[in-house]
Amino acid sequence: MKLTIVTPEQQVFQGEVTEATFPGVDGSFQVLQNHAAVVSALGRGTVSYTTKEGKKSHVVEGGVVEVNDNKIVLLAEKVIG
Amino acid sequence: MANLKEVKQRITSVTSTQQITRAMKMVAAAKLRRAQDRILKMRPYSQKLTIILNDVISGMGSELEVVYAEKRPIQNVLVVVMTSDKGLCGAFNSNAIKAGVQLVETEFKDSNVTILPLGKKAFESFSKRGYKVNPDYYGIFSDVSYDEVRKIALYVMESFASKKFDRVMMVYNHFRNVAVQDLTVEQFLPMGVNAAKATAVSNTDYILEPSKEYVVQDLVPTALKTQFYKAVLESNASEHGARMTSMDKATENAGDLLKELKLLYNRSRQAAITNEILEIVAGANALEGN
Repeated sequence: MKLTIVTPEQQVFQGEVTEATFPGVDGSFQVLQNHAAVVSALGRGTVSYTTKEGKKSHVVEGGVVEVNDNKIVLLAEKVIG
Repeated sequence: MANLKEVKQRITSVTSTQQITRAMKMVAAAKLRRAQDRILKMRPYSQKLTIILNDVISGMGSELEVVYAEKRPIQNVLVVVMTSDKGLCGAFNSNAIKAGVQLVETEFKDSNVTILPLGKKAFESFSKRGYKVNPDYYGIFSDVSYDEVRKIALYVMESFASKKFDRVMMVYNHFRNVAVQDLTVEQFLPMGVNAAKATAVSNTDYILEPSKEYVVQDLVPTALKTQFYKAVLESNASEHGARMTSMDKATENAGDLLKELKLLYNRSRQAAITNEILEIVAGANALEGN
C-alpha cells in the first residue's frame, strides 16, 4: 500500500507500507492491504506504520484519513515527531 | 559647467543607493523563493482536502448545515486586510489599503465595520484613519507559520459562529507571477457551499467514520483554515515579488542616472582642462607679445 502523510507545511512521509494504524475519533484502527474505501476523522493520537525499514510513528493533532484502492492519504494539521 | 566636486559627490551617493537597492532585490528574491516554496508545499494538502470534502458533500444534497455557511442580515462586518510589514514594494500596500477603505466606505457604509489588519502597514494606516481596528494579529508576517495563521483563522471563525460578525471579507494580493499581483477582495464567511459542489467528484463510495455529519463538521473548518492560510501565503509571496520588481526598477534607474552623471562629470572635467590650457596659452602669448 502507498501511504502519504501531508500537513499544510510539508510532506511528512510518502512510501510503501504493509500496515498502518490511525487514531480514529471512536478509537484506533488498523488498515491492511485491500481495505475498503473509507474516510475517517482522526483525533489526537499516534499514527504508526510499518515500512521495509521497520515501524515508525508520529503524533498527530486531528486530521482526516482517506483510504481508497490501496492508497492511504493522511491529512494532518500538525504532526509532531 | 557644473561644479566637479558636486557632481562627484552625487555620483558617490547614487552608487551607494544603487548598492542598497540591488541588495534589497537579492534579499527579496531569496524570500520570494521561500514563499513560493511554501505555496507549493501546501498545494497537495489543499487539493486532497478539496477532493475529499467535495466527495463527502456531494452525497448530502441540501441537508448540509454548517454554522459557517449561515447567512444573516449584515450588521457587523469584519474586513481582513493583508499588507506587508515594510514598505518599498511599489503599490502593493496602498492598493490593498485603498480596496479596504473602499469596502468600508461604500459596500458596508451602513454597517458596523471592524478591520483586522495583517501586516504592520495596514495596521498603521487604518489606525491613523480612525477605523475600528483589531490590533491582535498584525505582526504575523515576521514569521509565517501554519500554527500562527491557524490561530487567526480560528479567531475569525469563532467570532463569526458566535454572531459577533455577520460577514467576513478578505482583501489581499493574489500572486500571479513575480511581476503581477492581482488584488483580490473576497468573501470568507459565510462560506459559499455551492462553489465547492461545482467541481467534479470521484465515484467512490466511502465509508464515513464516525459519521457523515461528523466528518463534514470536522472538514469544513479545516478547509476554511486552509483557505485562510493560502491567502496569507499568496499575500506574502506577492509582497516579495512586488518588492523585487520595484527594487529592480530602482537599481535600473540608478544606473541610468549614474550614466548621465558620469557624462556630465567627464564633460566638466574636460572643460576645466581646456580652460586651463587656454589660460596658459594666453599667458604665453602675452609674454611673447612683449
